Amino acid sequence: MITLHWLYSLAGAMFAAFALLSALDRSNPKWFGNAAFWGLMALSLIGGDFLGDFGNGLLVLGLAGLAGFGFLGRSQPPTTSDEERTGFSARFGNKLFLPALIIPATALIGTLVYNYTPAGQFGWIEAKRETYVFLCLGALLALATIYVWLRPSAVAPLQEGRRLIDAIGWAAVLPQMLAALGVLFAAAGVGTIIGDITGMVIPKGNVFAAALVFALGMVLFTMIMGNAFAAFPVMAAAIGVPLLIKAYGGDPAVVGAVGMLAGFCGTLMTPMAANFNLVPAALLELKDQYGVVKAQVATALPLLAVNILILYFAAFR
Amino acid sequence: MSYWPLLGILLVVLGFALRMNPMLVVTGSAIVTGLLGGMDLVKVIETFGKAFNDNRIIAIVWIVLPVIGLLERFGLQQQAASVIRSIQAATVGRLLLLYMLVRQATAAMGLTTVAGQAQTVRPLVAPMALAAAEEQHGEIDEQTAETVKAFSAATDNIGLFFGEDIFIAIGSIVLIQQTLATYGYNLAPLHLALWAIPSAIAAFLIHGARLMLLDRRLKRGSK
Repeated sequence: MITLHWLYSLAGAMFAAFALLSALDRSNPKWFGNAAFWGLMALSLIGGDFLGDFGNGLLVLGLAGLAGFGFLGRSQPPTTSDEERTGFSARFGNKLFLPALIIPATALIGTLVYNYTPAGQFGWIEAKRETYVFLCLGALLALATIYVWLRPSAVAPLQEGRRLIDAIGWAAVLPQMLAALGVLFAAAGVGTIIGDITGMVIPKGNVFAAALVFALGMVLFTMIMGNAFAAFPVMAAAIGVPLLIKAYGGDPAVVGAVGMLAGFCGTLMTPMAANFNLVPAALLELKDQYGVVKAQVATALPLLAVNILILYFAAFR
Repeated sequence: MSYWPLLGILLVVLGFALRMNPMLVVTGSAIVTGLLGGMDLVKVIETFGKAFNDNRIIAIVWIVLPVIGLLERFGLQQQAASVIRSIQAATVGRLLLLYMLVRQATAAMGLTTVAGQAQTVRPLVAPMALAAAEEQHGEIDEQTAETVKAFSAATDNIGLFFGEDIFIAIGSIVLIQQTLATYGYNLAPLHLALWAIPSAIAAFLIHGARLMLLDRRLKRGSK
C-alpha cells in the first residue's frame, strides 16, 4: 500500500538535494545556513519517525534558530537568461502551461476515480490521503513530460526547484510551524478558555452570532498579525471547533475553508500584510503607501459579508 | 480556570506587530503557551516536535516546485506576460477584469507565481491600465493615475487570494486540514478546495462590479 511515508521520502529526497546543492554553491555567502536548513527539513521528512519527540523538538528549534537569526540567504542557481526565456516562450507558446496543468488534473481525476469507481476498493493507497499521492504522481508525470519534450539537463529540475525554494525561504516552513502551534494551543487548553469567554459574549444557541464572531475574529487577528495562516489555528481553537463544529454541528469543511477566506478579506485590509499591500505601492511608486489597501477595502467588506453568509448557510444546511 | 495560556496568543500578536521573525515568534509562543498550560520544558519541546512531525504533510506541497521552476526556465512567466499583453480591452475596468480572470484561473491551477506584483503588475498590468485610461480620456491627472495603479495592484491580490484555495495542494488548504485533524476531523483536501469556489465566484462578481464602476467614474471625470 502506498502510504504517506512514500511521499515524505520523495519530498525528503528533494530537500536533501536542495541541501546538497546549497552546500556546493559557494557563490551564496550563506550557503551553510541554506544547506543546514533544507538538510534539517530532509531529515525531518525522511527520518522524523526515528528521531523521537524530543529529537524532533530540537530539530524544530534548529529550523527556527537558523531562520530567525538570519542564517538563510537567497541563492542564484544557474538558470536561463531573460532573452533565452523570451525566445522559448515565443517558440512554445501556450503549450508551456500544459505540463503545469498535468499536476492538478492528475490530482483531481485520480482522486475522483479512486473514490467513485471500484479502483479504490483494492486499498492501494492510505485512506483519505489519495489526493496527495495523486498530486505527487502528477508532479512526476509533469516532470517526465518536460523531460521528453524539452530535454533539460538532469540536475536542472533540482536547481530550478532550489531557486524557487530559496526565494520563498523559511516562509516555506511557516505553515507547518503554525499547525504545530495550533496543536500546542489545543494541548494547553486555549480553545476551551476562549470558548468559555466567548460563551459569555455570544448568546447561547445563536448560531449566526457564533459564525459572525468566528469570521470577524479571523479578520481581526489577520489584520493585527498580517497573516491569515497565523490567525486560523487561534480562531479554530477558540470558536471554530468548540462552538461551530462541536456544539452546533457545522460542516467542518465549510467552517475551515470559508473561515480561512474570511481571514483573506482581512489580509486585503491591513498594512501589516506588507508583501501584498505595501510592497506593490512602492513598486508602482504610489504617493500614498496605503493606496492599495484603500483600493481593496470596498471589495473586502462586501466579500466578507458574503463569506459570512456562505459560512452560515452552507455549514448549517 | 487559569487564563494564563492566552498569553501565548498575545505573544503571537505582539511578535508579528513588532515585525520579529515569524519563525521565532511562533516557536516562542508555543513554548510559553505550553509552559503556562502546565507542561515542563522538556514536555513542551516534545509536544512541539511531535506536532511538527505529525504535520509533515504540509511540506508535501513543495513537490511541485521543480516542475514550476523548470517551466520558468523555458519561459513560462514570459508566456504568461504575453498572454496578458494580448488582452484586447478598450477600458481600464475591462482590462483589469480580464486580468483578474487570468490570475484566478492560473492560481487555481497552482501557478501562483507566474503572475504577481513584481512579475506582471509593475511591468505590464499597471502600464497597460494607464495606457487604456489615456486612450479613454486623453491626458489623465495624477490622482487618476494613482487610482488606476492602486486598482491594478488590488486586482492582482484579490485574484490570487480568491483563486489559490481552489488548488488542493496550497499551504492554506493543508493547514486547515491539519489544524482540524488535531481535533479529530479528518477532511479530504478536495472537499475543502470545493468550498473555496463560492467565495471565488463572489470575489469575481464583487470586484468585477467595482471595476465597471471605476470605468464609469473615469468616464464622468473626463468630461
